Amino acid sequence: MSEVVVAHHDDHHDHGPDKGLARWLFTTNHKDIGTLYLWFSFTMFLIGGVMALIIRTELFQPGLQFIDPAFFNQMTTNHGLIMVFGAIMPAFVGLANWLVPMMVGAPDMALPRMNNLSFWILPFAFAMLISTLFMEGGGPNFGWTFYAPLSTTYAPDTVTYFIFGVHLMGASSIMGSINIIATILNMRAPGMTLMKMPLFVWTWLITAYLLLAVMPVLAGAVTMMLFDIHFGTSFFNAAGGGDPVMFQHIFWFFGHPEVYIMILPAFGIVSQIIPTFARKPLFGYDSMVYATASIAFLSFIVWAHHMFTVGMPLAGQLFFMYSTMLIAVPTGVKVFNWTATMWRGSMTFETPMLFAIAFVILFTIGGFSGLMLAITPVDYQYHDTYFVVAHFHYVLVPGALFSIIAAVYYWLPKWCGRMYDESLGKLHFWLSFIGVNVTFFPQHFSGLAGMPRRIPDYALQFADFNMVSSIGAFIFGFSQVFFLYVLIKTIRSGEPATDRVWEGAHGLEWTLPSPAPYHSFTTPPNVTDAEAHS
Amino acid sequence: MSRNIGSTGGHGRTVGKLCLMVCGMFAFGFALVPLYDMFCEVTGLGGRTGDQYAYDPASMQKDSSRLVKVNFVTNTNDGMAWEFWAESGGVRVHPGEVKEVKFYVRNPTKQRMVGQAIPSVVPGRAAQYFHKTECFCFNNQVLEPGETLEMPMRFIVDPDLPKNVPTVSLSYALFDITEMAAGNMKSRAEG
Repeated sequence: MSEVVVAHHDDHHDHGPDKGLARWLFTTNHKDIGTLYLWFSFTMFLIGGVMALIIRTELFQPGLQFIDPAFFNQMTTNHGLIMVFGAIMPAFVGLANWLVPMMVGAPDMALPRMNNLSFWILPFAFAMLISTLFMEGGGPNFGWTFYAPLSTTYAPDTVTYFIFGVHLMGASSIMGSINIIATILNMRAPGMTLMKMPLFVWTWLITAYLLLAVMPVLAGAVTMMLFDIHFGTSFFNAAGGGDPVMFQHIFWFFGHPEVYIMILPAFGIVSQIIPTFARKPLFGYDSMVYATASIAFLSFIVWAHHMFTVGMPLAGQLFFMYSTMLIAVPTGVKVFNWTATMWRGSMTFETPMLFAIAFVILFTIGGFSGLMLAITPVDYQYHDTYFVVAHFHYVLVPGALFSIIAAVYYWLPKWCGRMYDESLGKLHFWLSFIGVNVTFFPQHFSGLAGMPRRIPDYALQFADFNMVSSIGAFIFGFSQVFFLYVLIKTIRSGEPATDRVWEGAHGLEWTLPSPAPYHSFTTPPNVTDAEAHS
Repeated sequence: MSRNIGSTGGHGRTVGKLCLMVCGMFAFGFALVPLYDMFCEVTGLGGRTGDQYAYDPASMQKDSSRLVKVNFVTNTNDGMAWEFWAESGGVRVHPGEVKEVKFYVRNPTKQRMVGQAIPSVVPGRAAQYFHKTECFCFNNQVLEPGETLEMPMRFIVDPDLPKNVPTVSLSYALFDITEMAAGNMKSRAEG
């Protein structure tokens, strides 16, 4: 085996990337594919963001001003689908592609050709989904949760495109997850034991298992929809003996693990960044690993808390309420560990650290509103209101998205060999931080006061909160365009970065030169205690 | 295009196991359908009532000591043009006694239509104690234009019905399944 590696190494003496478009189409290099994933997700993020701004423009004032309600429904649905499946998930897969091989000391992903395939089916999936907006009858308009019968009996004809799009996204995620698991389990450098792995690798390992467990269930759910729509089955059709409520059970059996798929890698990122800038090892490494695994397990037994109001026996309501509240325990362990890592550390506040600290604070706010929603009796009041919208945006925007932005600032110097402009990065942070809170904090209040979600018009008493929210949305939206400018400026003309980049950074990726060479760790590195958790 | 430095040969077993997991979970997604049905029948989740009840007078004692109020609710689903009503809004019965109630449907349209009634019991935990020995919901109904049909429904409230359930409501939703029936589609309701 080692002889083969050495022989290849000699063959590849001057072998850099191919030139032109072929490099990107046919690449099997984990760094190229990581870059493709990240740019793809940024593109989707901007498209989904435009949809969010269309929604917020309509909601700026009560009444119907700009778009008709049917199009509004398409905007909320596609905003959700694109942000979840097109922006957040591919961004994490892109980070995994770039970082996992470098962090475990592997030369590439385990299955490079499949890696290429799992990226390149994504643009087709989203082209199919977005193209429905321009078709007769419009695109999906049934909410990102696509509850039957809205998505079957009452769906626009384009729903079939949506179904095949979801199938492709699922296939992409499944292939990506198999690749990540195989890389982590089989390709670690000698000495990189499981309990020495960086937490980003640990959280992605667990996330990949979650994806493998639930993406097939989602594929099953959309397949049942397809059969109900085209082949006359009655999985979700009450007239034929099916049950629409069963759709919600199957969907949320996928859906709740899915929301942790979007947050566990974020936990990993923050657990890499905070120790670097606190200049202390992560507090409670082992408990972080076990907490992540516990959260992953619990995610499978709490799904019905999304549907308390559909009617459920009392025992069921109590079970799902208590099991949901139990999740606060491992999550609390994590927040405690991050705080304890910062305690008496020599902290500095570079842009990645600012985003990571904002993550800890704002994600915790989102976690607390989640606890409020877990309480069955009050959920009847909060269900389907803007309080829910505020809750999941607090965990997804300053949660998942902030962690991705933090990761980009943190590792970008390693990827492109150039340092970003610190004052521009900080300006981006403060604009985002203010924008996100101005947008979503008032939604807690309008939700508690009873404003329903997914509605293009609202009663007059919600006007002020919505106006504030819309102003915040535009601040946040345009500050992400500013982020694009910061990125391009860094890649084109940033100051050269050092190999270590950050004074307090530990990990195998920082032992590589900046920018990281096209082929790294073709011979396994020496895993020292300084570079791995010990 | 660069060749891969990492060998893919050693990953076969890992990938094989993971693919098995994916196939297993895809199958599990479909297995949720019968599992959900079973779960509903056992717990009465969603107020689902059982199929035709085999009534054995010897095994069931009439409980004359209490009366249970049984309410009847008739609904037509969105887009269903039929008229649908029960002879009364509710009756009082002793648990264990057989009671018959007549329901009626009328097709006011100019087309031949097929209807299917779907029952549901509230509260859900009473569903498993509500037995029907004869119900129009076991079959679908075909009505010619203008036709009216009288449909008897016979039921028994089980004497084991918890004492703290004084009232049981039986609701029927009537669906238009003309198109489904014309397509000769199999459905559990027809079977």
